[in-house]
Amino acid sequence: MPELRNYTLNFGPQHPAAHGVLRLVVELDGEVIQRADPHIGLLHRATEKLAETKPYNQSIGYMDRLDYVSMMCNEHSYVMAIEKLLGIEVPVRAQYIRAMFDEITRILNHLLWLGAHALDIGAMAVFLYCFREREDLMDCYEAVSGARMHATYYRPGGVYRDLPNKMAQYQTSKWHNKKQVAKRNENRQGSLLDFIEDFTQRFPKFIDEYETLLTDNRIWKQRTVGIGVVSPERAKALGFTGPMLRGSGVEWDLRKKQPYAVYDRIDFDIPVGVNGDCYDRYLVRIEEMRQSNHIIKQCIDWLRANPGPVILSDHKITPPTRTEMKDDMESLIHHFKLFTEGYVLPEGEAYAAVEHPKGEFGIYLISDGANKPFRVKIRAAGFPHLAALDEMCRGHMIADLVAILSSQDIVFGEIDR
Amino acid sequence: MTEIVELKKQIHAFFTDKISESVIANRELTIEVTAGALYGVCTALRDHAEFAFDTLIDVCGVDYLEYGVSQWATENVTVTGFGRAVEQQPASEAEVVWDKPRFAAVYHLLSTQHNHRLRVRAFPDVDSLQVDSVVDIWPAANWFEREAFDLYGIVFVGHPDLRRILTDYGFVGHPFRKDFPLSGYVEVRYDATQKRVVYEPVDITPRVLVPKVIREDSRYNPTGITQEKPDA
Repeated sequence: MPELRNYTLNFGPQHPAAHGVLRLVVELDGEVIQRADPHIGLLHRATEKLAETKPYNQSIGYMDRLDYVSMMCNEHSYVMAIEKLLGIEVPVRAQYIRAMFDEITRILNHLLWLGAHALDIGAMAVFLYCFREREDLMDCYEAVSGARMHATYYRPGGVYRDLPNKMAQYQTSKWHNKKQVAKRNENRQGSLLDFIEDFTQRFPKFIDEYETLLTDNRIWKQRTVGIGVVSPERAKALGFTGPMLRGSGVEWDLRKKQPYAVYDRIDFDIPVGVNGDCYDRYLVRIEEMRQSNHIIKQCIDWLRANPGPVILSDHKITPPTRTEMKDDMESLIHHFKLFTEGYVLPEGEAYAAVEHPKGEFGIYLISDGANKPFRVKIRAAGFPHLAALDEMCRGHMIADLVAILSSQDIVFGEIDR
Repeated sequence: MTEIVELKKQIHAFFTDKISESVIANRELTIEVTAGALYGVCTALRDHAEFAFDTLIDVCGVDYLEYGVSQWATENVTVTGFGRAVEQQPASEAEVVWDKPRFAAVYHLLSTQHNHRLRVRAFPDVDSLQVDSVVDIWPAANWFEREAFDLYGIVFVGHPDLRRILTDYGFVGHPFRKDFPLSGYVEVRYDATQKRVVYEPVDITPRVLVPKVIREDSRYNPTGITQEKPDA
C-alpha cells in the first residue's frame, strides 16, 4: 500500500493570475486546497528605509510607486502625516482638488481591478473596456502633473499647481487623419474640468456596460457567489478594511467615519455587502465607482465656483514660484534651502490614514526634529488581506483560489513596499 | 478631542499601574506598556466594552538608535561644509536624547464600534528582544509581527510561525536597524561561468547625499504651528 500524500504545488511568482510577483505554495488534496502559504517580498524595495535617508519632499514620488494603480491616494496619506506634524491647514481649494483626484484614482484602481478580476475568471472583454476608460483618467493625471501614473502632485501644504485651463490635443499622424483626430479631440477643447465633467457624464453608462457583461452572468455567478466567505466579526479580527470589510457587511468608511480633506461636505453613500463572498465584494466596488463619479461631479461644481490658492504661501515649507525666485533675493534663498536641505518637522509622531481604494492606507511618521523622517511605517491596505488568503481559500478548489486572490485586489507594490 | 481625553481617563482608571506613560499629541493617544503587561492590556483593550478595539491596524518595529542625533551641527554658523560625506563624519557630540530602550514595537488599534484609535508602544526585553505575541488576540497580527521580526529582529513569543517575510530566502541580519547600511552587505548577480546566481560583497560606498540636520532656531519653527502641549 503506497503512502498517500498531499500534492504541493508552486504557484508563481511569474504567473498571470499572481497579480505581480506572488509566490504561493499550495498544498492540495486532489483539487481541494488544504493550505496556501503566500511567499511575498519579491518586490521589496525598502521604501521605508529609503525615506529615512531623504528630505521629506523627496519621498512623495516613492509613495506613487507603492500601490502603483492608486498613486495619488498614497501621496495623500503621506502628505497628511507631514501636515499633521507641521500643524498646517491646507487651502480649501487644494482639499477639493485632492478629494476629486482621490476619487479619480479610486475609479482608476477599481477599473484595473475589475478588468483583471474578470480576466482571471475568464471574461476577456471586460479588461479591454476597462482600459478604454482608464486612458481618459490617465490623461487627467497627465494634465495636472505631466505624468500619466507617478504624479507626485500632492505636496505638503496643498497640491503642486492649479488645474490647467487647456487639455493636451491629439496630433495627426500616419495612422490618424484629420477627421479622426478632430473626433478624438472633441471633448478636449475646454479646460481640464470640462474634460472630467464630460467623463462623469459618460461614465455611468460604461458601468452599466460592465454590469451587463457580469452581474447577471451565469458563469460569473457560479464562479463568485459563495466563494471566499468572510463573516463580519472575522473580517474585523483579520484587520480587513475598505471594500473587503464592506463586502462582509460592515459599514466602515474613513471618508464618513473619520473625514479628511472635504469629505464631510460631500454627499455620498457607502455600499455594503451582505454575504461577504467574492460576488458581494464585486458589487460593492461597482457601486463605489458610481459613488466616486457622484463625488467628482460635486467637486467639479465647487471648483468651478471657487477659485483660490491651491498651496500655502509659507515658503518655509512650499517653494516660491519661478518668477518670484528670479527677482526676489529672499525667495531665492528659500528655494535653495528647500531643495538642498528641505524643512524640519517638529519632534513627535503622527498616524494619518486615508480611505484608499483597497482599504485603509496609513502612514505612521516619527520625527526627531530633523529634515528627514526618523521612521516611516507604511500601513499597506492589501497586507492583512493577503495574510488572510490561507484562511479564505481552505477547502476551496484551486480555481477558486484565483477568484479569491483577485477579489482581494492585491498589488505587490504596496504589500512588499 | 474631548473623546480621546475621556478615553485616556478611562484607560488610566482601568489599567492604573500597567501603563508607564500616556500622551496626547496631534490629537492621537499613545500609551506605553511594559513588555510583561502587553498581552493582558491588549486582551482587555479588545474585550472590555468601553474600549472594544476590534481591529488591529498595524504593528511595527522602531529602532531608536541615533534618535535626535544630527549629521551636521548647525547650531552655530558652520565653517565646515558637508562634502557629500563619503568619509563618515563623526556623529555630532550632542548627547543622546533617547533615554528609553533602543527597540520598540508599536501597535495601532482601531475600534469600529466607538470610532476611536489608540497607539500602544511596548519595549521588548533589552537583552533577548522578546515581547509577547498578540496573534491570539487579533489574528491580523500574524504577518505584521513576522515583518517586525524580519526587519528589526524583535522576537514575538507565542507566534505560531515566526519566519522572515519580506527579505530574501537565507537573508542574514535585520535590514531596518539603524546600524544596517542602506546598500546592505551583499549583492546578487548571475554568473555565466558557474551558471548560477552568486552572492558577493557590495561594492557601493555608502554616502550621505543630504545631511540630517536638526534646526531649532526660529526660522525653522514657522509661526502658526499649533504644537499641542503633551499631556493635555
